[in-house]
Formats: sequence, structure tokens, C-alpha cells
Amino acid sequence: METLFGIAVDGVAYGMILFIISVGLSVTLGLMRVVNLAHGAFAMVGGYVASYAAQGLGLPYPAAIAVAVVLTVVATLPMEKLLYRRIYGSANELQQVLLTIGLTFVIVAGINYIFGPTLKRVPLPDMLVGVVELGPKAIPAHRAFVIAVGAAILLGLWWLLERTDFGIRLRAAVDDPAMAAALGIRTERLYAATFAIGTGLAALGGVLGAELLPLEPYYAIRYIVLFLAVVAVGGAGSIFGSAAAALALGIVDTAGKYLIPNFGEFFFYAALILILFRWPHGFFHGRAA
Amino acid sequence: MRGYLRGALLATAFGAAFGLACGAAGGAAWAATVKVGVVAPFSGPFAMVGKTFKEAIAVYQAEHGKEVAGTTVEFVFKDLDQANPAQSKALSQELVVKEKVGFLAGYFFTPDALAVAPLIDEANIPCVIFNAATSAITEKSPRYVRTSFTLWQNTVPLAEHMARQGIRKVVTAVSDYGPGIDGETAFKTTFEKAGGQVVDSIRMPLKSTDFAPFMQRIRDSGAEAIYAFLPAGPTTLAFVKAFNDNGLKDRGIKFFGPGDLTQEPDLPALGDAALGLTTTFNYSQAHDSEKNRRFLARHKELFGSSDTVTFTSVGAYDGVEVIYRMIEKAGGKVGPGKMDGAKAVESIKGLSWESPRGPVAIDPDSRHVTQTIYLRVVEKEGGRLINKEVAAFPNQPDYGYKAGK
Repeated sequence: METLFGIAVDGVAYGMILFIISVGLSVTLGLMRVVNLAHGAFAMVGGYVASYAAQGLGLPYPAAIAVAVVLTVVATLPMEKLLYRRIYGSANELQQVLLTIGLTFVIVAGINYIFGPTLKRVPLPDMLVGVVELGPKAIPAHRAFVIAVGAAILLGLWWLLERTDFGIRLRAAVDDPAMAAALGIRTERLYAATFAIGTGLAALGGVLGAELLPLEPYYAIRYIVLFLAVVAVGGAGSIFGSAAAALALGIVDTAGKYLIPNFGEFFFYAALILILFRWPHGFFHGRAA
Repeated sequence: MRGYLRGALLATAFGAAFGLACGAAGGAAWAATVKVGVVAPFSGPFAMVGKTFKEAIAVYQAEHGKEVAGTTVEFVFKDLDQANPAQSKALSQELVVKEKVGFLAGYFFTPDALAVAPLIDEANIPCVIFNAATSAITEKSPRYVRTSFTLWQNTVPLAEHMARQGIRKVVTAVSDYGPGIDGETAFKTTFEKAGGQVVDSIRMPLKSTDFAPFMQRIRDSGAEAIYAFLPAGPTTLAFVKAFNDNGLKDRGIKFFGPGDLTQEPDLPALGDAALGLTTTFNYSQAHDSEKNRRFLARHKELFGSSDTVTFTSVGAYDGVEVIYRMIEKAGGKVGPGKMDGAKAVESIKGLSWESPRGPVAIDPDSRHVTQTIYLRVVEKEGGRLINKEVAAFPNQPDYGYKAGK
């Protein structure tokens, strides 16, 4: 019983990290129809900035997170304007893949050049070090924090897209860009804002997940498959889908590693295959995809 | 994959043809120079390793000069960013055919070192392994010499030490590949002989980043201590942190393993989580000897800092020592066509010298380095984390050489 609970908690924590990073990808893919393979690189940039802010400049943890998110968004917005804007829409997927994978390589090389190939850490504040007793199982305080943040993001995003003026306009702009523009909705601005949200979430996930997905220059290439898997299973554009997919994959992976350690990632991919076999478009048919 | 392989083959064939053409055009290599080809990771996640190799070679040449027995020794580097036996063989072949190297050296990962066995036999040149640590490697060709360590060598003294401490129940957790399996086998054999019990053996995929499930399993096994081995690099960090964060440390479960887990370049990143980790290894930067202090001082002088000096540094440093001795014994008659590789290896069997890690010797049978293995504990000294040596087990051979035969 205790073991089951332990696996569940660890699985949820892992799933939440996957969710925080992947949901931005799901939003940009589902709402703007861009296959953004550089998403993992944005998460990595966020992690590196936070690491430098905390270790190099001595900023406290919350400030380091804020700096990482803001700087990553500021750095990537010009890319949206100069590069991404040319490849929106589902007509040119090959261009999207080529451009974004190229961008990933550039970022990997840049990070490697600036920060070197060694591992970087984001030091945790004392509050998040140590363990929280959850009934029979002690879990790291940091993971409890991650689970809480993930839940908050889930609700916040849902509220933003379903319940606000911004969300209504965005959905309109996605469903029929020409009509929305004719009605005076500034689609370009909406896209830029959505892109910024996606990038910011990637950066946040990169920082929070640094304990689980260690920061090194090849992070961008190493984990993008995981993020894409979450989006594929969840259904592009669906926030609850991303959450359900990330949690399901996180728990399956954790349970598999516990039961048969040397099977490695077999269970993760087996689950992926089975789910996609049953639901080819993911759990939740994305609104726009 | 297939296209890639074909490309590699074509490239090799092309390189060979090109090399032959050059050789025919250029005549024999320049008489008084010998080239040493070094295959190691100089980019990618393990770039640190290549850097330590390069720097250690530079330190050795700064100390001993670039010439030995009237021959100038020149190093040629080839980048192999991750474990890739096919690529390793292709690069080594290029070094032999095109660069006409007299020696091959380097090799961080076991599969890469194993891949060149047929090549060095055919070309009849010595191959000095600076790192790759699976015991079986030196069995595959008489032309391999190794100046690093093996998992068996580090693990046997550790298992004996743990048994002497009165530890009875241990769980092993190792990365699922050659050296990891070596470590697990060495530990189990030694520890059970000493009357202990291995309650669970966990083999973790090399690519793991989330170790929580393994930690849960270690808790459930009821062990008093763990023996853990992961290759030095990104994953060791996550493993040690997971051990602390999942409350295993607070439960009093003791942590033991080979020194790869606490190598010097990773210590700052590990931070206080590493305090008290007990490991056995062949080299600590904090080793207390005149030779080591000189080595570190020279390194600092050349590169501005000696913080990253680690086990791969001494592996390379002593590797160059062995190469210089071979050249010396051959009276400078080295290079392709002038030297018999098997004889060169023969000439340094039993050789002993003083290394920054302590006294070392080349075992005549295994051609692997016999050395002192130290028990170390991570401590803070002057604000820096160091591997403090607390006990020494002298003259440890490679217990894994032909262990299964």
C-alpha cells in the first residue's frame, strides 16, 4: 500500500513537470498550428538563465524564476516576429520542422559555448529542501511544490482560455483568422501573446524541472521527444488533455521503473503506442487541430 | 541508420584511399616524429573528459619535454562525442591509415575501446586506454595497455571495507551497461564471500533522469546500505540528490560506491548533498603527495585553474608516461613499419613509476595498472568540497581480468 502510494506520488510529480513544459507546446501547436521543436530549447534557456541568476548573481529562488521566465520570453519574442510568423498555419509543416530544429541546434551550440558542457544547477531555497510527510510517504518538498504549481497553471490556463476576453478572441482568431481580422481582432498580437505564454511556461518548467531533467546543453534534443509524446497523447491544443497525458505517462513510467528497472523507458513508449492506437488524435480532440 | 552506416563505410574507404595516395606521394613519414592518435569526447555532454585528457597531456609534455629518445611526440585528436563503436573504429582507422600514428590512445567508453581490438592487431600498434573501465577489454588484444582503473579494482576493496564495518544487507544500484554489470558482479561476489547479503540488484537504464522509483525500491528492500555505480556525468548528480530528497539519507541508509559518483568537476554542482558520501577510487585531487602537488601546480600554471583535475586527468597523464617509456625502450625507432607493437607492449610489462595518484605498475598479465585504491569521504575544506582520503589499500590488481574464466 505504502509502495503504491509512493509510486503514485512520484509519478504525479514527474507528470507535473512534463505537463508544465509540454502545455506551452500543446498551446502553440494546437492554437497556432506550429510544430515548434525548439520548445525544449526554450525550456533549457530558462533553466540556464535561472541557474546563472541564482548562482552567478546570487538572486533568491523566486527572483531567479521570474528573471528566467521574463528573459526567455523577451529573447524569443523577436524570433516570433522574424521567424515564426512566416511559418504559421498547417500548410508548411516541413518548413516548420526544419526551421525549429535548426533553431534548436543553434541554441544548443550557443549554450554550450557560453556556459560550457558541464551540468548546471538551480540551487533550491531552504524551504524546498528536505521532505514533506504525506501520510506514510515522505516526498521531497520540491516535488510537492512542483505539483502545486502544476495544478495552479492548469486552472489558470483553463480560466484564461475559457473565461476571459483574451481567450474568446484567441479562439476566434484560430478558428477563422480572416474573419477575426475583419472584425477588428488583431490576430498578430494575439499570436505573439500566445507564443509568449507558451515560451514562458517552457522556461518555468525548465527551471522547476531542473532536479528531474538535469540542465546540460543537449537537454533540448534529449527531452523534446517526451514533450512531443505528451502533446500527442493529450491532443494538441487541449490543456486538460496535456495534464491527463502527462500524469498518465509519468505514473506509467514510474511504476514501470519500480517494477522492472532494467526495462528502462519501455513502459513509457508502450503506453504511448497503446494510447495512440486507441485514441489516434489523443485523449481530447484539440479545439483546432 | 543504414544510410548512415553506408556513409561511414564510404567515408572510411575514401579516407583509406586518400591516405594511401598521400602515402605514395609523400613517401615515408618524417623520420624523427611520432604521432599519437587520441580518440575521446571533445564536444557534447562528455566534452569535459576530452578537455581533461588534452590538459593532462599538455602538463606531461611541459614537464618532460616533447622529445624522447631523439623523437618528437605529436598528439592528434579525434572527437567522438558519445559511445559509438562504429564511429570509434572509423576514426581510429583514419588515424592509422591517414595520419600514420605510431600509437592509439584515449577512449572514454568501453564499447569504443573494444571496437578497435581487430584494428590494432592488424596494424600491430599499441593502444593505451586512458579510461574505459570494463575488465574484459584487455583480454581482447595483447596490444591494449590501460592506465585508468576497473570497476572490479575499485569495488573489491570497497565491499571488503563495508563487510568489516558490520554491514550485512546491501542493495546494489548500477547503470545497465558493461562497467555497471562489472561493478554489480564484483560487489556481489566479494560481499557474499565476506558473509554479507545482497537483498536486491537494481539495474538502471543509462538514460534515466528520474530516480524516485529506484529510491522507493531501495527503501522497500530493507537494506542498510547501497552500493551505487553510475558513469561520471549528468546522471550521477540526479541520483545522489534523489537519494537525499527521498529521505533515504535521513533513514540512516549508508551510501557507498566507486569514486565516479563524486568526481571533482561535479562536486560544486552536487553541493552539500555530497557531504559524507563514501567512495573508493584511484585518484583524489586532494591526494597528499609531493608529486600530486607538483602536478596540480603545473596544471594551474598552464590553464589558470586546477579545479577540474580528476581521474581522467591522471589516466591520460600516466598513459603518456607509458607511451614515452615505450618510445624510450624502442630507442626512438617508432612509427609505422619501424616498430613491432606487440614487442613495444612487452617492453613495458612490469614497469613501475610514481604517479600523482601514488605508486603504480603495469601488471604483466592483464597489462592493466596495479595501484593503490583509496577510501575517501566527501568533506568541506576551506569552503571547497574535496574527496578526503581516509584509508589506503595498496597494490590492488584488476580482480576482473579473466574473472569469469
